[in-house]
Amino acid sequence: MTSTIKPRSPEELRQAVEWALNDGTTLDVRGQGSKIALGRPMSCGQVLDLSGLSGIVDYAPEELVVTLRAGTPIGEVEALLAQRNQMLAFEPPDLGPLLGREAGQGTLVGAVMGNLAGPRRLSAGAARDHLLGFSGVNGRGEAFKSGGKVMKNVTGYDLSKLLAGSWGTLAVLDQVSVKVLPAPDQTRTLLLLGLDDAAAVSAMCAAMGSPHEVSGAAHLPGRTALRIEGVAPSVEARLKGLRDLLAGTGAAMEELGTLESRAFWREVRDVAPLGAARDAVVWKISCPPTEGPAIVARLKALRPAAEAFYDWSGGLVWLALPASADADHVAVRGAIGATGGHATLIRAPEAVRAVVPVFHPQPPALAALATRVKESFDPRRLFNPGRMG
Amino acid sequence: MQMPPLDPDILRRRGEIVAALRVIVPGEGVIDDLEGMRPYECDALSAYRQMPLVVVLPETVDQVSAILRYCQDSKVKVVPRGAGTSLSGGSMPVGDAILLGLGKFNRVLEIDYANRVARVQPGVTNLGISKAVEHEGFYYAPDPSSQIACSIGGNVAENSGGVHCLKYGLTTNNLLGIEMVLMTGEVVQLGGKHLDSEGYDLLGVMTGSEGLLGVVTEVTVRLLRKPSTVRAVLLGFPTEAGAAECVAAVIAAGIIPGGMEMMDKEAVKCAEAYVGAGYPMDAEALLIVELDGPQVEVDHLVARVEEIARERGATTVRVSHDEQERVLFWAGRKAAFPAVGQITPDYMCLDGSVPRGRLVEVLAEMREMSKKHRLRVVNVFHAGDGNLHPLILFDANDADELHRAEEFGADILRLCVRVGGVLTGEHGVGIEKRDLMGVQFTEIDLDQQMRLKCAFDPDHLLNPGKVFPQLRRCAELGRVVVHHNKLPFPDIPRF
Repeated sequence: MTSTIKPRSPEELRQAVEWALNDGTTLDVRGQGSKIALGRPMSCGQVLDLSGLSGIVDYAPEELVVTLRAGTPIGEVEALLAQRNQMLAFEPPDLGPLLGREAGQGTLVGAVMGNLAGPRRLSAGAARDHLLGFSGVNGRGEAFKSGGKVMKNVTGYDLSKLLAGSWGTLAVLDQVSVKVLPAPDQTRTLLLLGLDDAAAVSAMCAAMGSPHEVSGAAHLPGRTALRIEGVAPSVEARLKGLRDLLAGTGAAMEELGTLESRAFWREVRDVAPLGAARDAVVWKISCPPTEGPAIVARLKALRPAAEAFYDWSGGLVWLALPASADADHVAVRGAIGATGGHATLIRAPEAVRAVVPVFHPQPPALAALATRVKESFDPRRLFNPGRMG
Repeated sequence: MQMPPLDPDILRRRGEIVAALRVIVPGEGVIDDLEGMRPYECDALSAYRQMPLVVVLPETVDQVSAILRYCQDSKVKVVPRGAGTSLSGGSMPVGDAILLGLGKFNRVLEIDYANRVARVQPGVTNLGISKAVEHEGFYYAPDPSSQIACSIGGNVAENSGGVHCLKYGLTTNNLLGIEMVLMTGEVVQLGGKHLDSEGYDLLGVMTGSEGLLGVVTEVTVRLLRKPSTVRAVLLGFPTEAGAAECVAAVIAAGIIPGGMEMMDKEAVKCAEAYVGAGYPMDAEALLIVELDGPQVEVDHLVARVEEIARERGATTVRVSHDEQERVLFWAGRKAAFPAVGQITPDYMCLDGSVPRGRLVEVLAEMREMSKKHRLRVVNVFHAGDGNLHPLILFDANDADELHRAEEFGADILRLCVRVGGVLTGEHGVGIEKRDLMGVQFTEIDLDQQMRLKCAFDPDHLLNPGKVFPQLRRCAELGRVVVHHNKLPFPDIPRF
């Protein structure tokens, strides 16, 4: 059985990594382990448990920055921000239920490591856009830092971008500073009923190109949702503007109030609308918004049981396919083809993830560059070896 | 400012290098005469000048690829350059390096309104993108003050900002994809019209890498719909503390203005004398708060900001009622640098960022330093995001003043780091702040950054002498040292 190391301080974390380096072992790096079922299966010598490094270090609402230890539960951060009417604007999803676990688990740093983002990715960016700086340990057992706690910073390479989305394969973080934003007073939603995929994406793109500042654009079967947030008089005026703009679609329209809207967008965020069978495999496809419907149509032609819904104005497709030994990865990636974009296998049994490239394969020159980048941080491949491979 | 010593072998091989470049780029794309190279001898950090080895202006990606492959194979250094508007010396030539100008890559390739993106060549100016889409009501958000001249490729290299960063982000938050050429000559695509990376976010790390990692040959940016209403509030305060408290209170009230700029009394005086914007001369600090969005929202927020400002003791509160008045409010701020230029032979513009809560104490301490160094300092800055632009007034013809100005500047940047800020918020490290990197970073921090550089450019051929105070060979950096053995630290010359 694999044993676990649980450091209680940044220095203990550094020593743990140094020990692993000297011992020639490898580390399965975890916050709460809520996303261990995502990525290629690994076989590591040790689990490095970061939950002992937990807590808010500093929160200054008027600075729009929160600094916290790497093992801090995301729920704790969100609750703290909510007290001051602020939020993580990138709207990190809770993938727990999708991955067969309980809701409400996970750490903020875990969400950052996956560069996760919810519906507001469209207007506010992903985790990558909100990580201002960090400190941690590289694969040489060296404590280092990058970035800072200020909004504007171009001093040295922006390693925060690289760490966000690295799934723990470059360095182990002990502390991060994250940008936060005011939470909107009101959240309302305009629903367009009965549009097909192509008409829905077209309507969403028109809405995104309008001056009405739409902060969420999702299309579920039969319902196309546009989110408007802000102060009351503005929300009212923009909703009216959207209705006028989209009158030409001929679609019937409904509105959701603030509470209903919050619940609705939380479901979109957490991929709940995918009501597929529990053994269905789930793909996340990022593509140019207008390409989404054609990609889905190609896959439905091949697998009529496929289920899909769209977020990010059509640029994010959540796709469920019937269980299969290879998760239909060739077909999925073939359907994206040359339109630009990529597919990540978010949910599949371990045996499938062992043989299927979970992350989108890269052309040789780019893959070689990525390998050199990995080695520049972690030359002995201590951290989560093979998880992105 | 010391640059790395010139390699006599490269200088000796100049004729051969020029000939090789002429094979790759036929015609007038290779410039090797002194007069022809003169326009390239500096960038916007014009106190430092240096002629390049030779200038090459390719027109195709294949040519860029062939040039870099040649440089890699022949171990010749290369400095990429866009419009040459860097304020930190990022595109300053190096005497034994080829200057690779991207000026001929100046076409807008595709505008896709449905997906709200523009695909352009790197030599297109920042403003050129907005101009290309304004008839449809769109724009490109980052707006560095050099936007009329600076190129989008340079913006990617420097992660350029502007006045509207707090609400709309820097280049990195508005960039969707690039095509770039590696030192090997390989051409890679990062990102595109879709969001986020399939692997490591190399697009993110390329942005702001100051031309040290690769050469960008195509750029895809996000377009935004122009806000329907823009209004500005001009606020005068009897104390700087009052103005700073107002900034914090606006943000604490959940308002993210499109822009929030502050000027100290000296700056107000200079600007008013220069453009006559009607600024209140009794104010110790001036704030311009710009709100943009749907009209009803802007009107609502303007009223909130007015209220907050009065609560914080504002003695002047004026709201723009039309576009002409808004432009007038901005006229003084936008002309602040040339206005200061009227009262001093030279000035040095710094660019540190600090946590907003430390603004007042940083300003006070800066005034103490001003006495110590016997030089005046004028402050204009992006108050919303804590990005300072102190201007140190001096006369470059007086060697002692130049020296004192450099010392004063370094003291200010050390102060920024000490209060939890950083050396540069948007201008870049370049050569200007290179030797101060050790103030913000440990040797290990810098080694990690240099190792990343090695993954892209193992021979340190791209934009040498910039960003890093000392270069260490990649082979040495790449060694894995086990246990507590100290890394050997050979006596590599500092430059």
